[in-house]
Amino acid sequence: MQDVVAVGGGLAGFRFAQGLREAGYDGRVTIVSDEKHLPYDRPPLSKQLLAGTYTEEQCALPGDAPDVTWVMGRRAERLDRERRVVVLDDGAEVAYDGLLIATGRRARTWNGPMPASGVHTLRDLEDTAAFRSAIDADAKVVIVGAGFIGCEVAATLRKEGVSVTVVDVAAYPMPVMGSEVGARAAAIHEAQGVRFRLGRGVAGFEGEERVTGVRLEDGELLEATVVLVAVGSVPNSEWFEDAGLSMDRSVVVCDATCTVIDASGQPVPEIVAAGDIAAWPHHHGDGAAVCIEHWSNARDMADLAAVNLLLPISDRSPMAATASVPTFWSDQYDVKIKSAGFLRAADSWTIVAEDPEKPSLLVEGHRNGELVGAIAFNMNRSIIGYQRQLAAPAPS
Amino acid sequence: MKITVDTDLCEVHGDCVVAAPDIFDIGEDDDVVQILNAEPGEEYRKAIVQAVKMCPVAAIRIEG
Repeated sequence: MQDVVAVGGGLAGFRFAQGLREAGYDGRVTIVSDEKHLPYDRPPLSKQLLAGTYTEEQCALPGDAPDVTWVMGRRAERLDRERRVVVLDDGAEVAYDGLLIATGRRARTWNGPMPASGVHTLRDLEDTAAFRSAIDADAKVVIVGAGFIGCEVAATLRKEGVSVTVVDVAAYPMPVMGSEVGARAAAIHEAQGVRFRLGRGVAGFEGEERVTGVRLEDGELLEATVVLVAVGSVPNSEWFEDAGLSMDRSVVVCDATCTVIDASGQPVPEIVAAGDIAAWPHHHGDGAAVCIEHWSNARDMADLAAVNLLLPISDRSPMAATASVPTFWSDQYDVKIKSAGFLRAADSWTIVAEDPEKPSLLVEGHRNGELVGAIAFNMNRSIIGYQRQLAAPAPS
Repeated sequence: MKITVDTDLCEVHGDCVVAAPDIFDIGEDDDVVQILNAEPGEEYRKAIVQAVKMCPVAAIRIEG
């Protein structure tokens, strides 16, 4: 293998390039990225960068990726597997004998008429700078979407005293963590002055040149000078949709070694995938391929994909047990939220420990009585125990 | 080998504790990770290298 190409210049593409060099690969590495910046870390965007405690430079990913040929500001348009080339948006072709699919996702945008300005999304450095510059001390911010980004941004802005209202059709914030955690998270935000409109949909935006308000489906009008639409993400998969690969909800399907599977169910030895553009079979997902949109999943898949791409199919190893436990974190006010396990699999939630004063919280998620995940607020040691426990093979 | 953690960077993610439990630990209320053994023997190198790689904020350094 002499020509490895990574399409996607985020965490996965960067770590993959580092991993190839660490594994002793000395051929060419090309990273194609539609960003203007070298790879950077996204978690600080809704927190430290938005708050102004980090500069853009401090968001750069640590370490070097030696000897990478960067193709920046270019989008992949098409994957030609027969000729083994990636066609870019300027018509240029990048040939590969090994390929990483790591184009990740983009913010889901509002699907309807919008004012000319004032409605934002937050996924990259430019988004964050534009959103930040729209906010002054008198800003009235409405956040559409009470997921992790919406809640983190609400926390960051409330620390500065900015007026924040969060709207969601869900009955509680961060619904993936269940109603018990959601209710407590809502209380924490409300104590900090966040107003919620939950269980309510958005009908549309008011204003022509600039947003002036958000109209809810029940008729209520929320005054707004700035709106953040934080309603999830969509995969950047258009460029390989016609390449005959196995797809699930617009992400590419791979096996547990990060090797991509084709439409006939066969592995494609020269193509691997990593991050939230890929799904892989998880033992808590009933063996079905699942797409895990966490930082740690991009890290673990990229590290493994780099090593495996250099090996024949028969020698490739599956994801290590500890790495296969999905984990994520979120910082909101002085609350460190951490999770271990495949929360979407849970059918019931149990509160194991709680101290509303601290505040701290420990909740287990079960499916058919079997532990599948846990969530902690300010219980950094306990969650590690769950990470270990969930990494152990399920009792049979 | 000498292990150091940049406490300005550490956000107590705990991935190092998962990777190298004999070297790192986190108390429930800690703001930064504890180093249990700052000068471990070579037999721990593999686990510590893994901890360095897993740390989301690249706070761990190995000297020597």
